[in-house]
Amino acid sequence: MRNGHEIYEGNGLVIRMQGIRKVYDTGKVQVEALRDIDLEVEDGEFVAVVGPSGSGKSTLMNLIGCLDTPTAGEYHLRGEAVAELKRDQLAEIRNRRVGFVFQNFNLLPHISAFENVEMPLLFGGVGKRQRRERVEELLEKVGLADRMEHKPTELSGGQMQRVAVARALAMDPDLVLADEPTGNLDSSSGGDIMSLFTELWEQGRTLLVITHDKALARRAPRQVEIRDGSIVDDRSGDGGEGDDRTADPA
Amino acid sequence: MARMPVTLQLFIRSSRVQRRRAMLTIAAIAWGALSLLLLLAFGQGLGQQLDIAGRGLGHNIAIFWPGETTQPWKGLGSGRPIRPRIADLDLLRRRMPEAAGISGEIRNSQVALTRGKKTNNTQVVGVSLVYGRIRNHIAAPGGRFLDPIDDAQRRRVIFLGDEVAKDVFGDEDPVGKSLLVDNVPYTVIGVMQHKMQTGAYGTQDKNHAVIPLRTFEAQYGREELSNIVVAAQRPEDMPELIAELRRTLGQKYGFDPADERALPVWDHVKDQQMTRNILLGIEIFLGFIGGLTLAVGGIGVANIMYAVVKERTREIGVKMALGARGRWITGPLILEGMIYTLLGGVLGVAMATTVVMLLAMVPTSGNEALELLGKPTLSPAIGVVAALILGAIGLLSAYFPARRAARVQPAETLRYE
Repeated sequence: MRNGHEIYEGNGLVIRMQGIRKVYDTGKVQVEALRDIDLEVEDGEFVAVVGPSGSGKSTLMNLIGCLDTPTAGEYHLRGEAVAELKRDQLAEIRNRRVGFVFQNFNLLPHISAFENVEMPLLFGGVGKRQRRERVEELLEKVGLADRMEHKPTELSGGQMQRVAVARALAMDPDLVLADEPTGNLDSSSGGDIMSLFTELWEQGRTLLVITHDKALARRAPRQVEIRDGSIVDDRSGDGGEGDDRTADPA
Repeated sequence: MARMPVTLQLFIRSSRVQRRRAMLTIAAIAWGALSLLLLLAFGQGLGQQLDIAGRGLGHNIAIFWPGETTQPWKGLGSGRPIRPRIADLDLLRRRMPEAAGISGEIRNSQVALTRGKKTNNTQVVGVSLVYGRIRNHIAAPGGRFLDPIDDAQRRRVIFLGDEVAKDVFGDEDPVGKSLLVDNVPYTVIGVMQHKMQTGAYGTQDKNHAVIPLRTFEAQYGREELSNIVVAAQRPEDMPELIAELRRTLGQKYGFDPADERALPVWDHVKDQQMTRNILLGIEIFLGFIGGLTLAVGGIGVANIMYAVVKERTREIGVKMALGARGRWITGPLILEGMIYTLLGGVLGVAMATTVVMLLAMVPTSGNEALELLGKPTLSPAIGVVAALILGAIGLLSAYFPARRAARVQPAETLRYE
C-alpha cells in the first residue's frame, strides 16, 4: 500500500528549514512570528503541525508553501534554495511541488468544480485533453464525479473541501499543505476529509497539515507543536521520540 | 507555447465586475473617443477646406506687381519704374517653358456694367487665356471661359464673377445675354462657378469680371500690365521661376535681378505652405485636447481596474498559490482593461461617424464660416491616431493596476478579506 515510502526511502528531504525567522513589520511594532525554526520533512511523511492560534502555524505554512519569504534562515524545498528563486520560479514551484488546501476552501466561486481543479494544470502548461482526463480522474477519486459542472456555491462544505483536495493533487505535487482543512466543516465532513488525507498518505503522499483538530492531529504519525513561533515538541507516533516514519496512523 | 490561450482562458474565467461601473467606464471612453475624433475631424475638415479655399486663388502660383528699382544697374540710376507690357508675356513664355502658365492682367477698378437701366460699378480685368486655368476661374454649367478666338479676334466677350452676375442679372441666366462695359456692348460667355477663396488681390474673384487681354487693350488703350501671374508645375519649381522671370525682364528693362523691389512678388506657394503648417499646428493642438479628454476616460478605466484588483485580491492570491505566474495575473486584467477601452472606442467611433455624416447633410454653401468649418472629415489617418491613443490609454490604465496585483506576496492576498 505505502509503496511510495519505499520508492523515496532515503531519497532525500522534501522540506529542510534551518534557522528560519519571520518578522512582520507593521510600522510601529515588529512582530516576530517565527523564531529560529529548524524543520525537516522527508518523503512520504504525514506531519501535523499543532499549536494555539497566533503561535505562527499559518506563517510557517506560508513559508513552506513559498507564499511568503522568510526574514532570515535557509529553506530548501526538494533541494532547491527557495530564497534565491525569482517570482516566476516560485510560481512554478508552487505549481509543481506544492498543493494547497485551505481552511476556507479558496475555490474560485464563479467557475465550476471542474474548472477549479483544472486551474493548476492550466498554469502547468498541460494540454487540453490531458487536463480533462486528469481532472475527471481526480474528481472521481474524491467522490465528486457527478458534481463536476457544479459551481462551489452549489456544493456543501465537505464537497468544496474535496474539490480543493483534488485541486491540490492536480499537478501531482511533492507536498500537500493543508491549513486547518477541517476548520470550517462539521464533524462528519471533517471526518471524510481526514480519511481522505490518511488515504493519500497511505498512497505515498507527503502531507503537512496544520490543525487544531486533535483527532486529525492524532492521525498523523508525526506531530510538531509550535508555541510563540518556536517548535516546542516534535514527536512521532504515540509519544515516540525522533523521526519514526514507519509508525502506523492512529 | 500556449501563453495567449492561457491568458484568454483565465480572462474568460475571471469573475465579472459590476455591470454599471463597467458601463460608465465604457461611456467615459466613448465620450473621450468621440471628442478626440470630432476635434480631429473638424481640424482635418478645416484644413481641407482652407486648402481648397487657398487654391481658390490658384494652385502653385506667384503674382508680380510693377515696381521701382532700388539699386543702380549698369549705369542706370535707382528709382526707375519697371512696367512690364503685354508684349513681354510672349518673351516670358519662350524663356520659361517649364512654367505651367503665365498670364498678364490689366485692371480697371471702376467700370460701369450696364444692363437695361441698371448700372453696377465693378472691377474688370483683361487677362490671358491661361488665366482661367491657373487662377481657377471655372465656368458654371452652361457657360465657358475665354478661348483663343476670343483673344485673337478681340471679341467683346465677358466672363462674370458669380456675385457680379447676381448683381447685374439677378435670377436671370446671364450666359448669351449682352451688357454694356463702359458703354461698349459685350456678350456674357460664362459665369464663374462659386468657389471658396481666401487670398485675393484687387478684389475677390467673385466680384470682378474678366475679358480678353487684347480686347481690353483695344477698348482702353493700355498695354502696361497690372500683374503677371506665373504658375509652376510643382511647388518646388517656384523659386527658380521667380528668379528666371526677374532675369528675363531685368535684361530687357535694365535692373538687377536681385533687386526684388523692381518687380515685387507674392509667392502664394509659400503662403500655402505656411497655411498648411499652421493647420498642422491646429490639428496637433486639437488632437492634444481630444487626447486629454480621452485620458480622463483612461483614468476611469484605471479606476475600475484598481477596483477589480481589490475585489479579486483573494482570487489573485489563490491563483498565485496554484502557481500562476505574474503575467497570468496581469494578462487577463490588461485584456479586460483593453476590452473596456476597445468597446468605448468602437462606440465613440460609431457616434463620431454618425455626427460627421449628419453634419455632411447640413447645407453650408453660401455661408463662409460654415463652408470652412462645416465639413468635418474622418480620414484613415485620424483612425490610426485615435486607435493608437486609445490603445496606449487602455494599456497604461490597465497595466498599473494589474502590475500592483501581481507584485504583492500571495500570503498577503490570501489573508485579505
